Amino acid sequence: MSDVLFYVFGAVAVLTSALVIGQGNPMYSVLLLVASFGAISGLYVLLDAPFLAVIQIIVYAGAIMVLFLYVVMLLNAPQEDAGEWDRLHPLREPGAARLGAVLATLLVVQLAWALSKTSGIRRAIGDDDSGPLVSSVAEIGRVMFTDYTFAFEATSLLILVAMVGAILLARREGER
Amino acid sequence: MDLVLTAQLAIIVVVFVSLIHAAAGMVWVERKVCAYMQQRLGPTRTGWAGLLQPFADVLKLLFKEELRPKAADPFLFTLAPMISAVTAFVAFSTIPFGPPITFFGLLPHPIGLEVADVSVGLLVVFAVASMGVYGIVISGWASNSKYSLLGALRSSAQMISYELAYGTALATVIVMAGSMSVREIVDAQQGTWWGFLPRWYVFPQLVGFLVYMTAGIAETNRAPFDFPEAEQELVAGYHTEYSSTRFALFFLAEYINMVTVSAVATSLFLGGWHGPFLPVEYGVIWFLLKVGFLLFVYVWIRWTLPRYRYDQLMRFGWKFLLPVAVINLLLTAAAVLYFDV
Repeated sequence: MSDVLFYVFGAVAVLTSALVIGQGNPMYSVLLLVASFGAISGLYVLLDAPFLAVIQIIVYAGAIMVLFLYVVMLLNAPQEDAGEWDRLHPLREPGAARLGAVLATLLVVQLAWALSKTSGIRRAIGDDDSGPLVSSVAEIGRVMFTDYTFAFEATSLLILVAMVGAILLARREGER
Repeated sequence: MDLVLTAQLAIIVVVFVSLIHAAAGMVWVERKVCAYMQQRLGPTRTGWAGLLQPFADVLKLLFKEELRPKAADPFLFTLAPMISAVTAFVAFSTIPFGPPITFFGLLPHPIGLEVADVSVGLLVVFAVASMGVYGIVISGWASNSKYSLLGALRSSAQMISYELAYGTALATVIVMAGSMSVREIVDAQQGTWWGFLPRWYVFPQLVGFLVYMTAGIAETNRAPFDFPEAEQELVAGYHTEYSSTRFALFFLAEYINMVTVSAVATSLFLGGWHGPFLPVEYGVIWFLLKVGFLLFVYVWIRWTLPRYRYDQLMRFGWKFLLPVAVINLLLTAAAVLYFDV
C-alpha cells in the first residue's frame, strides 16, 4: 500500500513540477506548483512525518503560493509574453544556451549517479529503522532548540534581513 | 464487511450529511433571525415557519441555467467552486463531536466520533482552511471580471492577514493542552475548577477565544469583515459571475466554513462535548448546543455591526489583533512554564 502511494505521490510531484515550466499561463504554473507541494506533503506522511507534511501545506501551499497568485493577479499577465524582449535576452544567445545544455546534462548525470549510490528505493520510503526518528512534534522542537539552535537562529536572522531589505527597496523616495 | 470499518464509513456519511443540513439550517436561521431583528417575519410560505425555504432555494439553484462568461477560463472557472466546497468539508474531518462509543456494544472496542484522529489534527484544520483561499482567488481570476478580481484580491489579502492571528490563537491552546490532537485537547478540558467552574479554556483564555473568533469571522468572510463580497462596491465580489450549481457550492462552502470555525472554537475553548448535568454518553448534545450558540453569535454579529472600511480592517488585523495574539501566546507560555513545571 505505502509502496503504491509512494509511486503515485512521486509521479504526481515530478509530473506537476515538470509541467510548471511548460505553462504559457503563469496562473497555471502557480497552481501546478501547489499540486506538487501537495504531493510532496503526501510523501512526508508516508515517511511518518505528519508534522512536516502539514507545515509544508500551511507554509508553502497555503501562504507563499497565495502570495505568488496575488502577484500574478496584480500583474494581470494572462499570457506570458514571448516577444521582443525575450528573444533579445542575453541568455538566448547560442553561447549561453550551450552552457545551459552542458549544465543540464551535468545535473542529470549527477542525479543518476546519486540514485545509483542509494541502496534501492526502500530506504527512501523509510522502511528501515536506522537513524533517529524525529517524527513527533515534541522531538522536532527539542532537536531544533538544542542541537540546531545556531542554524535555527541564524536562519531567522537571515529572513529578518531579507524582510528589512525588501521593505527598504519597496519604500518610495523621500518617505521616512 | 469489517464492523469497525463500517462504523467509520458511517461516521463519514453522518458528518457529510450533517454538514449539508447544517448549512441549509443556517440559511433558514440567518433569514429568520435577520427578519426578526428588522421587525419582519422572514420566510413563512414554504413549509412550517418557512422551514423548507433553504431546500426550495437549493432546488432553484440546481435547476437554473449554468452561465459562464465568454472571457472566463473554462477549467479554472469550474475548479474554483469545487476547491471551496471540498476544503470546507475536509476541514471538519479531524474534529471530534462526541466521546468514543461502541455503537451500543456492536464494536469490540470504542471508536472516536470523528472522521480521523490525527496527531497534528489542529494543524490539519488550519492547513485545509488556508487552502480554502484558493477557491476564492481562482474564481476571482478565472471569471475575468473586475468585480470578481477585486473581490479575490481583497479576500486573499484579508485571509493572509488574519491567518496569523488565527494561527497564534490556536497555538495558545496547543501550549496549554500540550497536544495538537483535537481529541486530546478536548479531553484536557474535562472536569471542573474548584468544583463548579467547567475546566474550559475559554475562562483562562478569554483573550485567545476572542482573538480566535474575530479572526475566524474574518477567515470565513462574514460581516463585519465581508469585504470580498461587499455589495455596494463589488456587486457580489468573487462570485459575481457565478450562477446555478457552481454558485450553490460557494454558498455551501461559506456556511460549512462557519460551522467548522464554530466547531473548532467549541473543541478548543468550550470543552467540546464535555459539559455539566448530562452523562458523558450524551456529549453530542452539548457539542451541538455549543456549536449552535456560536453559529447564532455569527448571525447576531452580522446583522448588528456595519462593515468596516478596508484600511480599518487591515489596521485592526496587523496592529491590534496580531500583537494581542502574540502577547497572549507569550504570557500563556510563561504561565504554563511557571505553574506546571
